[in-house]
Amino acid sequence: MEAVPAGREAARDGPKPRGNYKIFLGMAAGVGKTYRMLQEGHAEAGAGRDVVIGYLEPHDREETTAQARGLEILPRRRVAIREVEVEEMDLPALLARAPELALIDELAHSNPSGLEYGKRYEDIAAVLAAGIDVFSTVNVQHLESLNDQVAELTGVRVRETVPDSILGTADEVVLIDLTPEALIARLRAGKIYPAQNIDAALNNFFKIENLAALREVSLRQVAEDVESKRLVYTESEQLGTRDEEGLSRDAPKAVGERLLALVRPQPSSQRLVRRAWRSAQRLGTELDLLWVKPPSLQIEGEVERQVTALRQLASVLGAHLLIEEHDDVAAAAARVVRERGSTYIMVGEAPPPRGLARLREPLPQRLMRLSPPGVDVRIVAHRGVQEGEEAKR
Amino acid sequence: MIPSVILSAIRVEHILIVAALAIGLLGGFLLARSRLGPKAKAEPDAIHHILLPFTGTEISRRAVDAAMRLARAEQATLMPAYLAQVPKSLPLECAIPNEAAQAMAMLEAIEQRASAKGVPVDSRIERGRTYRHALERLLASETFDRVVVSATSTGAAGLSGDDLVWLLEKAPAEVMILRPAAEDHAVLTAKSNGRPPVVAAA
Repeated sequence: MEAVPAGREAARDGPKPRGNYKIFLGMAAGVGKTYRMLQEGHAEAGAGRDVVIGYLEPHDREETTAQARGLEILPRRRVAIREVEVEEMDLPALLARAPELALIDELAHSNPSGLEYGKRYEDIAAVLAAGIDVFSTVNVQHLESLNDQVAELTGVRVRETVPDSILGTADEVVLIDLTPEALIARLRAGKIYPAQNIDAALNNFFKIENLAALREVSLRQVAEDVESKRLVYTESEQLGTRDEEGLSRDAPKAVGERLLALVRPQPSSQRLVRRAWRSAQRLGTELDLLWVKPPSLQIEGEVERQVTALRQLASVLGAHLLIEEHDDVAAAAARVVRERGSTYIMVGEAPPPRGLARLREPLPQRLMRLSPPGVDVRIVAHRGVQEGEEAKR
Repeated sequence: MIPSVILSAIRVEHILIVAALAIGLLGGFLLARSRLGPKAKAEPDAIHHILLPFTGTEISRRAVDAAMRLARAEQATLMPAYLAQVPKSLPLECAIPNEAAQAMAMLEAIEQRASAKGVPVDSRIERGRTYRHALERLLASETFDRVVVSATSTGAAGLSGDDLVWLLEKAPAEVMILRPAAEDHAVLTAKSNGRPPVVAAA
């Protein structure tokens, strides 16, 4: 359902340009996203702009409530869900009021049925479309792609999620960073939850290790967002790149490093996958596994079993198994490298060549030659422990 | 005797052409042999597998050694399988990086030890809602000839007594449950703090 910005000049003068969108991203509740949003709202109001709080969720935090004073707050509307009344953001009223800047807290919130949109980020899209600038807030665990990862890290699953593309639509993403120790100190001081809830929070979500992991995820997310935007700017400005054609096609995907491991359906490939995955983890990047299948080879019997095992391993690790049918491993790999924006290729140590194979160019050299410039090729050595060495252990 | 007329007609170019033809033929023969070689070999008998399921960050060294001895004697492949529990709040087939890091280090440690003894290894990581569920999925998807489990005082690779009874009933293979022993304090463990795994006796 399309909301109409009643009372806006836009209705008479044609569509206004989309509003500017700023998101304050945090690793957890209590880091100060809303507080910072309000601070910036005050600064904008002080600069003479028309600022309205479209929706604020102060969670009974005194500091937040105090920070909101002096800014116009749009009254909430009451919505009945079954026999209970809840308060929600009044989107039609906000569009009718048409401020220059709207502050809208908690963009991951789900609206009750019967409202204009199911999700608050959709409300925000309507506000932006009406030419109103928006400041909003969200925690990193609400991002769809990170939801599983955060749930595994913390043991707590968040139900309300937003598509990652929402961050991409923001003109600015501001990370509100706080050390885990400082956040726990705020929690203990009663600045986040009421006293009766503090112990439960400390024993569940607010553990140092959880918060440290979430902080890392948040920092990485913003870094990727910055990198992604930088590459898009680079593309639009047509600056020199290492491979103009490749980058202009793949720019939005080519975020940071990306690993490609060349595997074969055999048990020894698992070691290569393990090494590649560890490297990917250290770099905080995605891992692709590529098997270049000879056209004449049938996937059956032991080959099928090993392909299934590789697929299973890739799924456990969150890697992507790609199977390309080609006669030439290096040529197929180079094509995949270009398509997926890989920056590293990892290959297993090959046995010494015999016969005429000695005359062929070794695979790593061919890969270096055929891949885009700047792609590193790494050979993973076989590192078996000898019987004698083992005996010493 | 070659007539002198013919001998006088043979030039260096002719010798080179003959030599090139000979090299070409030889090369073609070697290439064909190297390409066709593997296909010409007789298919090996079905590979035997010995399953070694485990959980957590340590496994009884006695169990690993027993499985390796068996594998070596029977020319079988050792299949260490890390059983991972996936919370109900997550999809069963989701990525489990934390568990995987733990599993990787353990599998690497077992693989190194097996490699030193010349035992081939084919590792697995299997997910399930419980360890038994993971084992059940493994039984359904893989074929093997024996299962080796250690019934140590600290638990049989994370499996309870009931799980072992279940395994005895359901496994389509010979199940070897190692009796708890005094030397069970010796475990194979692995550190996964970003460094290569370490095989150690704790």
